[in-house]
Amino acid sequence: MCLGVPMKVVEIDGDMAVAEITGVRRSISLQLVEDVKVGDYVIVHAGFAIQVLDEAEAEETIRLLQEFGVQSG
Amino acid sequence: MSGVKFVEEFRDGAIARGLARRIADVARGLPEVRLMEVCGTHTMAIYRNSIRQLLPENIVLISGPGCPVCVTPNDYIDRAIALARRPDVTLCTFGDMVRVPGSSSSLELEKSKRADVRVVYSPLDAVDVGMQNPGRKVVFLGVGFETTAPTVAAAIELAAAKGVANFFVSSAHKVMPPALAALTADARLGLKGFILPAHVSAIIGVVPYQFLAVKHGMAGVIAGFEPLDILQGILMLVEQVAEGRAAIEVQYTRVVREEGNPRALALLERVFQPCDAEWRGLGIILGSGLAVRAEYAAHHAEANIAVEPEQTVTHPLCQCGEVLRGLIHPRECPLFGTVCTPETPVGACMVSTEGTCAACYKYGARLEEGHNHG
Repeated sequence: MCLGVPMKVVEIDGDMAVAEITGVRRSISLQLVEDVKVGDYVIVHAGFAIQVLDEAEAEETIRLLQEFGVQSG
Repeated sequence: MSGVKFVEEFRDGAIARGLARRIADVARGLPEVRLMEVCGTHTMAIYRNSIRQLLPENIVLISGPGCPVCVTPNDYIDRAIALARRPDVTLCTFGDMVRVPGSSSSLELEKSKRADVRVVYSPLDAVDVGMQNPGRKVVFLGVGFETTAPTVAAAIELAAAKGVANFFVSSAHKVMPPALAALTADARLGLKGFILPAHVSAIIGVVPYQFLAVKHGMAGVIAGFEPLDILQGILMLVEQVAEGRAAIEVQYTRVVREEGNPRALALLERVFQPCDAEWRGLGIILGSGLAVRAEYAAHHAEANIAVEPEQTVTHPLCQCGEVLRGLIHPRECPLFGTVCTPETPVGACMVSTEGTCAACYKYGARLEEGHNHG
């Protein structure tokens, strides 16, 4: 129920946008988020973007995780 | 590493094994550490990715009341069925509510008897249904936690702004912190920490959980839903326990901010007010529900549409309540896998895709070879 999917914003029209994941496009509301730009990733739940994904934080988490992969050999 | 950006990267098997080894290192010598996940999406991901099998024996994961459909009590379902039976009502809901059995029927069964029950993707779609069908009373079933409630609040505000007088919400929304307090107080569970929900926290942020650490000495980590997110979250929890610390930490930093989502919180505050709410399995928890504010009473289903639900009864052997409190494993329920299956569910935990029993039924066989059934 609380599953949100990361989707890429490809078009913005006022409070509404089109977001895409693996070729599937959906109309979403941007009413709950601020400062979204085309190209941003957002978490989409029940037709709404509920948060903008912080790409720098995502890359940092991936970098940290990869250290565990290296250690595991 | 093809596929969707920021998804595939969090599913790498070699990294998962590295994290599991690190968890085992940190956990070595500790007494049993019991951790609870309180989000149905975590429950599903833990089963689907066989995460329990990766953990050392002294790290025990317990599934809590994390599926909003599962914790919705029978009398709400019976009331929804009574609404659907009214010839002037169109009932809109998310898909996982449709199959939940009430006392003697379900919305799916009512739909087969020609009740107007529609599954929508967004609460805004239900407002559209209202605009397109001005002669009908369109009721949306507001079931969900803090992730979902703002989207329903937005639908109520939209209906009010556009004058869609035939749009109503029946609110069974629930908020997570009071339930966490109730679980913390249950000494039988012997919890050391919580894997805290990802997208609930995207809305409410970190502060509402601080009481767990400060007042109760409970470790808490807000973790994402991918397998590496969950494993890293467990590692962070086990590190806290090993170091004798208790804090609320965020693993899911790419989405969760300290302050949550201020726009969504403001919307919740405008449309809903806290109320006491009944949880299947946990009983009434003070301040754990969200009621439609008086300013929006015109869109409040209960205030405007009278129904007479049937007398609520629950299958005497159904153990959903014990499962939701983390007191028993689904296989300890006498109905599990025989009378109660995903095809013929008796209890809510077997219906929802995020229900603990459904997850255990679908993916649990793999665990039988391992240990750590939580």
